[in-house]
Amino acid sequence: MNAIIDFFKGVGDYLATAFDKTFIREARYMMFLDGLKNTLIIALCATILGVAIGALIAMVKTVHKQSGKLKLLNAICEAYTTIIRGTPVVVQLLIMYFIVFANSTRPVLVGIIGFGINSGAYVAEIMRAGINAVDIGQTEAGRSLGLSHGVTMRSIVLPQAIKNVLPAIGNEFISLLKETSVIGFLGVIDLTKAAQRVISRTADPYFPYIAIALVYLGVVCILNYFVTKLEKRLAKSDRT
Amino acid sequence: MTELETMQTNETVAPSDVIIETRDLHKSFVKGKMVLDGIDCTIRRGEQVVVIGPSGGGKSTFLRCLNMLETPTSGQILVNGEDITAKGVDLDKVRAKMGMVFQHFNLFPHFTVLKNITFAPVTLKLQTPEEAEENAMRLLRRIGLEEKAEAYPSQLSGGQKQRIAIVRALAMNPEIMLFDEPTSALDPEMVGEVLDVMKELAKDNMTMVVVTHEMGFAREVADRILFIDQGHILEQGTPEEFFNNPQQPRTKEFLAKVL
Repeated sequence: MNAIIDFFKGVGDYLATAFDKTFIREARYMMFLDGLKNTLIIALCATILGVAIGALIAMVKTVHKQSGKLKLLNAICEAYTTIIRGTPVVVQLLIMYFIVFANSTRPVLVGIIGFGINSGAYVAEIMRAGINAVDIGQTEAGRSLGLSHGVTMRSIVLPQAIKNVLPAIGNEFISLLKETSVIGFLGVIDLTKAAQRVISRTADPYFPYIAIALVYLGVVCILNYFVTKLEKRLAKSDRT
Repeated sequence: MTELETMQTNETVAPSDVIIETRDLHKSFVKGKMVLDGIDCTIRRGEQVVVIGPSGGGKSTFLRCLNMLETPTSGQILVNGEDITAKGVDLDKVRAKMGMVFQHFNLFPHFTVLKNITFAPVTLKLQTPEEAEENAMRLLRRIGLEEKAEAYPSQLSGGQKQRIAIVRALAMNPEIMLFDEPTSALDPEMVGEVLDVMKELAKDNMTMVVVTHEMGFAREVADRILFIDQGHILEQGTPEEFFNNPQQPRTKEFLAKVL
């Protein structure tokens, strides 16, 4: 009996000290908060950049498919998606940081650009599916009114396509949020790197890693909640 | 009317009266199968032409070729004398003068009714936003839907949607209106309200090409009826000639089925 009590006491003591040295001492919770802030900033900005790039690529590909125009641009887009989807994101980031922006002192910005460019290749496919899901009659109506292909795409088709794919873009944001945990390679203090930093001071890996896993999980759950809610609302507005 | 007679009629018409002329128009989607197999046709200013014929006979394809929504495989389409199948033609400019009404309305669901109507003329800088809005409201008043200006298409009935689609095309001040089975997707009780708007347009001497299955409308409104089947204009004439005294066996067969 005493052994069991001692065991729980030991666990309790461990947790208390671990919590203390992981978060409280030297205000280390600030490192985690700063890390989380960087994680969120990079994920959010990269998603926005990714959506912009993805929409552009999807438009080029769709216009090319429909009219045979934009041959060169289409070839560039094909090459881009092949390269991005065929290489690991970590390697892309390292190339970005150490070769393309070799003299950059702003790793967060490089991370945003790197992840944005990576995400763009995937969002392009999402957007393309969204554009294809918009009734061809919308394009025909636009063109029959004398609107150019570009205007019809931008003002008529794309807004409807984006509405179709909003939930999928929400999911892209969520997966990007998790992927950013490798940004430590560039020396950015994100949530994961913050944990490593703290561990290098406390020499105790258990508590920080479990803690940040829970933080990631919590943030993802919250975002998931909103995406699901959005999905339901969009489905409802489609019915009326 | 035989082909020879048609050609002779064309020659007597002053060129400025012809708004659209097709010459030996061919279209195939799959190699070897011609949907349009040599269509020669002239549409005059102020004329109401109704195109009828069995499903799959090519009448919708013919109509969609007139504003190049379908690119013809061969042949020419002259609009006001300009061959719009030629390379380098500004099709947007040509289309801006040709209104089109679709079977499935194709209103823009993310725009209000008013914006559906004003978007193209304002974007193309044909009208100022104020002019376009005034124009749109005047047209909406004419079809009795002015109170729907701020509504979204999803809040309208099929008949209302189609009447607004007609107004959207009219807002561009087109020289000709193309109708692609405008009542085929409507509930029966809404067909009348759409046909009424079209009849009024005809009364105002709007040039119209209407693909439809509404024989009553064809009889009442058409100056000329084209019967298209298997990619050919098999027969054409005034409603009287066409309905009372059809010449071709296939026309007789078709009319026996639908009348």
